[in-house]
Amino acid sequence: MYTLPSKLKFFAIILMVIGALGIVTGFLSTPSNTDEVKEMLASSHDDGHQTEATHTESHAEQPHGENIHDDDSHYEHVLHQLQNRPWSSLYIASFLFFMISLGVLAFYAIQIASQAGWSPVLFRVMEGITSYLIPGGIIMLILIGLSAFHFNHLFVWADPEVVAHDKLIQGKSGWLNSWGVLVRAVIFIGGWVAYRQMSLKLSRKQDEATDGKWFKKSFKISAAFLVFFIYTESVMSWDWLMSFDPHWFSTLFGWYVFAGMIVCAVTTIALVTMVLKSQGYLEYVNDSHIHDLAKFMFGFSIFWTYLWFSQFMLIWYANIPEEVTYFVTRIEDFKVPFFGMVVLNFIFPILVLMNSDYKRVNWFVVMSGIVIIIGHYVDLFVMVMPGTVGTSWYFGIPELSSVVFFLGLFIYVVFTALTKAPLLAKGNPFLKESKNFHY
Amino acid sequence: MASKVIHALYTDDDILLQAVKMVREKHYHIEEVYTPFPVHGLEKAMGLADTRIAITSFLYGLVGLSVAILMMDFIMIQDWPQDIGGKPSFSYLENMPAFVPVMFELTVFFAAHLMVITFYMRSKLWPFKKAENPDVRTTDDHFLMEIDGSKETDVISDFLKSTGAVEVKIIEKNEDH
Repeated sequence: MYTLPSKLKFFAIILMVIGALGIVTGFLSTPSNTDEVKEMLASSHDDGHQTEATHTESHAEQPHGENIHDDDSHYEHVLHQLQNRPWSSLYIASFLFFMISLGVLAFYAIQIASQAGWSPVLFRVMEGITSYLIPGGIIMLILIGLSAFHFNHLFVWADPEVVAHDKLIQGKSGWLNSWGVLVRAVIFIGGWVAYRQMSLKLSRKQDEATDGKWFKKSFKISAAFLVFFIYTESVMSWDWLMSFDPHWFSTLFGWYVFAGMIVCAVTTIALVTMVLKSQGYLEYVNDSHIHDLAKFMFGFSIFWTYLWFSQFMLIWYANIPEEVTYFVTRIEDFKVPFFGMVVLNFIFPILVLMNSDYKRVNWFVVMSGIVIIIGHYVDLFVMVMPGTVGTSWYFGIPELSSVVFFLGLFIYVVFTALTKAPLLAKGNPFLKESKNFHY
Repeated sequence: MASKVIHALYTDDDILLQAVKMVREKHYHIEEVYTPFPVHGLEKAMGLADTRIAITSFLYGLVGLSVAILMMDFIMIQDWPQDIGGKPSFSYLENMPAFVPVMFELTVFFAAHLMVITFYMRSKLWPFKKAENPDVRTTDDHFLMEIDGSKETDVISDFLKSTGAVEVKIIEKNEDH
């Protein structure tokens, strides 16, 4: 049995406290009226993001679309962007860690459904990480509920005034409405958590079993879950991420989000495994298991890049105005994160993890893993921020402290869950193969 | 000048692997092992150096990438510029996204094909090549270990019999065939 080291617990709580303080500071320091915005802009007018030329691209603009040239409406526009900023930061960080645990759940289901022989020694690590699905899911539900009912201004389609003047959103409102999004979110998260709890129970029962009865059951529900997952994940990505730009759509968006999700998930499995190994646990996990995880990190990084580029190239080549605005906004206003994430998510992992020997060197895997997760934070940032904060984006206290808070919560929940069961799923029928696994 | 080699034949890959380890412990020189199929772990047991084909593959990939870049520049920009989809081909950089699939494909093409050709060359396999294996049974169900027998021939052949060889032959090799 694993016992949570008090140092790690303390570290997680410290992260949560610092993060919470930062989040509160972020909310308190947003301007409440246009006069404060004027003051803020005057004191930092060398900040290159508030350029008037580009702000027409942003969807947050739309309530004021008729009088862009009016000076006051510009300040009001910036005001709304700045008020969105702490909400967006919270949303991105919350989604990042939620998506990690969801990706691990999908990876776990794939391992069981494919009857993989190499991975059963890592099952308890994966089960620990998916425990974050419950608190993370509740927080996501709250954030989505608040945004969908226009408590904040994250979703423009949730603003009745905007919809009244917007034919395109009106056409989509049969799908994209407050109750629709919330009910779907409840069903999706409920389904994912239900599978998580069922598979966890079966895995614990299998520990004591003399035959493979519970594993067979787990195999069946995992296969069913994967079908449920790939549909719901896709719809989730439209509801929760693509709807920040409600005029725009991409048919491979679900896959694109999935690619980012699964690469972060595999990376997190590798990182948590190496933390546990460094604490003296998981002695049966050898270099070949790490090697396999690193191969997945390498492969899924390339898969993500393939989808990133596919989405971009078709839209760039066709050059249809309503499609291409998405990338025009990102390349004009978000140039550094938009292209920087390709360096973090593609060039760095491909060069570091290409060599077979490097995939077995733990600190190489840790280093590239941290870079990959930062890269996919930036990816989410570039998905969310242009539609909510527009040109007023910046990476500062609200963004950083949201990440710090959710990182602390994630560490606390995951490592507490790991203490609840033996770290070896000893009843798994493939355990011997997994222990003897070598490359 | 004639040299002597000893051929030891085995009928099981596990016994062969064990025998290779024992021969290496005695510091006899294994010239070659002929097997009807790849034996997992044999190259490690024989102490062969790690393959460097991955490095050649990377370099061939870079060659393919460079060829693609130069080729697309010549075809689409220098030689016959066209206006495709409102994107006139006057600048390589601005048209670059359209060439990425070509770059990717040629990188893979060069890496894969040149790697296979390198492998054949390195393994001394080419069209009309005469087979090198000294005993046709190694293409069916026998494993053959060839050991340098220029010194203490009898001691070695006795030792080989004790390693589970089904047959041990001493061959006089003429360098000029």
